[in-house]
Amino acid sequence: METLHYLSLGFGVALQPENLLFALMGCFIGTLIGALPGLGPANGVAILIPLAFTLGLKPETALIMLTAVYAGAMYGGRISSILLNIPGDEPAMMTCLDGYPMARQGKAAEALAISAIASFMGSLIATIGLILLAPLLARFALTFGPAEYFALFVLAFATLGGITGKNPMKTLMAAAIGLIIATVGIDLSTGTQRYTFGVLELYEGVDFIIAIVGLFAVSELLFFIEEKAGAGREMIKVNPLKLKWRDITSIFPTTLRGGVLGFIAGVLPGAGASLGSFISYTLEKKILGKKGYFGEGDPRGVAAPESGNNGASSGALVPMLTLGVPGSGTTAVLLAMLVSLNITPGPLMFTQNADLVWGVIAALLVGNFMLLLLNIPLVGVFVKILSVPPMYLLPIVTMVAVVGIYSISHSTFDLYFMIAFGVAGYILRKLEIPLVPVILGLLLGPEMEKNLRHAMQISDGDWSILWSSGLSIGLWLVAIIGLLLPVVVGPILRRRMQAAKEKVG
Amino acid sequence: MFASKTIRWVAAAALALTASGAMAFEPAGKVECIAPSDPGGGWDFTCRSVGNVLEELELVPASVQTINMAGAGGGVAFAHTVSKRKGDDQLLVAASTATTTRLAQGQFPGMNVDMVNWIGAVGADYGVIAVSKDSPYHDLNSLMDAMKEDPRSVKFAGGSANGGWDHLKVLIAAKAAGVENLPRIPYLSYNNGGEAMTQVIGGHVDAFTGDITETQGFLESGDLRVLAVLSDERLPGDLSNIPTAKEQGIDAVGPNWRGFYMPADIDEDAKQYWVDAVDKLYASDQWKKVMKSNGLMPFHPDSSEFEAFVKQQINDIQSLSKEIGLIQ
Repeated sequence: METLHYLSLGFGVALQPENLLFALMGCFIGTLIGALPGLGPANGVAILIPLAFTLGLKPETALIMLTAVYAGAMYGGRISSILLNIPGDEPAMMTCLDGYPMARQGKAAEALAISAIASFMGSLIATIGLILLAPLLARFALTFGPAEYFALFVLAFATLGGITGKNPMKTLMAAAIGLIIATVGIDLSTGTQRYTFGVLELYEGVDFIIAIVGLFAVSELLFFIEEKAGAGREMIKVNPLKLKWRDITSIFPTTLRGGVLGFIAGVLPGAGASLGSFISYTLEKKILGKKGYFGEGDPRGVAAPESGNNGASSGALVPMLTLGVPGSGTTAVLLAMLVSLNITPGPLMFTQNADLVWGVIAALLVGNFMLLLLNIPLVGVFVKILSVPPMYLLPIVTMVAVVGIYSISHSTFDLYFMIAFGVAGYILRKLEIPLVPVILGLLLGPEMEKNLRHAMQISDGDWSILWSSGLSIGLWLVAIIGLLLPVVVGPILRRRMQAAKEKVG
Repeated sequence: MFASKTIRWVAAAALALTASGAMAFEPAGKVECIAPSDPGGGWDFTCRSVGNVLEELELVPASVQTINMAGAGGGVAFAHTVSKRKGDDQLLVAASTATTTRLAQGQFPGMNVDMVNWIGAVGADYGVIAVSKDSPYHDLNSLMDAMKEDPRSVKFAGGSANGGWDHLKVLIAAKAAGVENLPRIPYLSYNNGGEAMTQVIGGHVDAFTGDITETQGFLESGDLRVLAVLSDERLPGDLSNIPTAKEQGIDAVGPNWRGFYMPADIDEDAKQYWVDAVDKLYASDQWKKVMKSNGLMPFHPDSSEFEAFVKQQINDIQSLSKEIGLIQ
């Protein structure tokens, strides 16, 4: 009942004209970013953060816009998967399997429409899950003391690479780089400065936002300059849409299963959207068995991964909002945004910043309807934009990044810092070191350190406090499983994903 | 000899002229207010709300533009004001007890309190010591007695760094209560008051130290029990049922004031204009409304005493920080 009250409060916020406008803008830009191959949702949100600061948006408006971008990117990823056989982002990889064959059979419009509906269903189911689960988990968060938080952060790091991660060593290296950067600045527990070399700008540590915009947005630009990727790619033409009601009802059970599975995958830290789409696709294939023609353009093969990855994207918001532990790279970026707006995720946020949290959740529902509308009748617009050479797009990105970062602190030091991060991001990507663990290390490192030291202070130096409660033991166990599982199951899963991809390609 | 005397006379006359001209100092054009933090923090609030009321009262010609300049807990803005804005008489910089704490502990390297002009305060948030509703402690004295027995028996959580203002408030109270061995008192530092309170309510840490406005949410829900507010007198309104530390026999006061400083080398008249402006603002009904809706408590030292108050606070914090070994 209380939840309903808060939700209506949230709709009050989300339906304000200004917020509606920015939600729509976020949905549009998000879909676009998702559709462009290479620009993933984490990059998309990172690029838009400076825009939020440049426009001087209110916290709730800024967050509504960014979550809309996030949701939109999940929708958009499928467009290039279907039309180009190139996933717009990693979670959309599985959509290639049946989407591209459908398009080649002259059913591109149907594939796009079905995937949009599946995305909508997945998102809707997961948002309802978020509404039900988040307040419960938020109250549960009170039982988390320093020891439990420490175990939780260890868990987050243990599952960092995700089950499908490619190179665990590189993931570990990336996380370590993040942790190293995180030690710069004042040490809260003693009040001493670490690695600041008397430079005032470093006293509060490295600003997450600057690091994120540099690593993601600026490095993207450098990549573009290198590739001079001016030419658009050859694309399958979109036929006029002929979708019957029966086509929609036939994918309904698939989207339901995909949405629920995706949501669960999203809630688990580290798993994320790629896993969500993968397991819902494989499960669907198992359930339907010979009745389907998966890999040859089965509509359900398009619906399953799309509902899965959209479900996972909303699910990943649950641990981020309630415990302050992001379940994916994009939610890590959103967390950084929250922190820089002086809002602390956790149980307190659900009551003290109720209008903001519930405004964002309500906006997620509203945005989902907007996205459905944008993605079925207007899909042609995105298809057109997809063939525009990116050389017009990226200068805008650069301008927004520079102006935005400058408007946060009015310091040129931050701009140099951002560019330095951009160059570092470029080098790391060249070395195939993933960037998301860097950000997670940077964000979670100080928290992990702080909680360990607090636990030690409380217990007067007795290490056994770390595993003295049932909750912390449970978290340690999950962490150990999370660490071992990729080693055991990872290669098998990866081989299957690869095999499935090659079959189509 | 005679010539130089004349020149001196002329110079003095000229000075007097310009001075009388500046008597009518009025800000012209844009007035800036630097908030040394990201948008959304306390300093940001100070700049924006004071800016609005100054406009309403027509104490500024046009608008007051808030500029966020985060970094080093106000150090970046302080350095900017000292090195680049000398003589700028249309610039206010938001400050608070956090500023004096850092100045006292030498955390703005190479800079000190005399390098800027201190203008005035527009209110304060008072310190509190609170426990969760299930705590065995019901007044400040029982808590302090436990600490006298064993300084490690009560663990405090607060939103500032070790040695920061929230930590110092505990030490001010403990010192006034006669607790010995202050450096032994455990203080757990969190990112902000909200996080610290959540840990206290969850039963993981014994007591919370922070400001009264931070506690309002949990005070209303009944999860938190404020043992004492560190103010001279009881606070107005709903908060009047909270006892002060003083009336419990512990002479500890901890205002987290909000106010402004300005760059050095500005004309005496310009400074006077802004001191008067802050006085007028503080007396206005508009400002009283802002204070009420944001939980800001009365605090406004006489303008002639403000600088002395700032210096006194810095001295007090310095000696306390030495005592706990934070600075030499």
